[in-house]
Amino acid sequence: MSEKTLTRMDLSEAVFREVGLSRNESAQLVESVLGHMSDALVRGESVKISSFGTFSVRSKAARVGRNPKTGQEVPILPRRVLTFRPSHLMKDRVADGNKA
Amino acid sequence: MIRSELVQKIADDNPHLYQRDVERIVNTVFEEITEAMARGDRAELRGFGAFSVKKRDARTGRNPRTGASVQVDEKHVPFFKTGKLLRDRLNGK
Repeated sequence: MSEKTLTRMDLSEAVFREVGLSRNESAQLVESVLGHMSDALVRGESVKISSFGTFSVRSKAARVGRNPKTGQEVPILPRRVLTFRPSHLMKDRVADGNKA
Repeated sequence: MIRSELVQKIADDNPHLYQRDVERIVNTVFEEITEAMARGDRAELRGFGAFSVKKRDARTGRNPRTGASVQVDEKHVPFFKTGKLLRDRLNGK
């Protein structure tokens, strides 16, 4: 595997090529997509993007954890975590694209 | 929130853009991320999270109904890890 990393810069470049807005505005729009998604998730909403996947927020109960190095018990407070469930289409495309 | 609501919010913020351009912008973002993973690349969006591809080894599975064993080939699956900033925001930090 080549293992390159796509960043915000690549996304704004793609938007710039696709829509023909300025590079600066393209970057702001990419930020705005991520920002609106984050805001919805922080409000506790799921974000469902058809043919991509679903981001949902789950609440986890408090539990007693342990520092694996010292063996000391530490309380883990109740918290909210984000999970991403890829759509079937994405799973198929990722599986097909990475076939040996 | 679904894709069309996301498009609407961005359209509302940017009244100078055509709705269909906003749709193309949103679609491009998700399409680029999917294409990166289909190539075996990562997509790292600081503050939001990182998409990567994980390899699942071949294994002998079992049909839970009949108990018959089935060979499951090696495969690659999409994986998402939440970014630190978003994780903290979810917990009111």
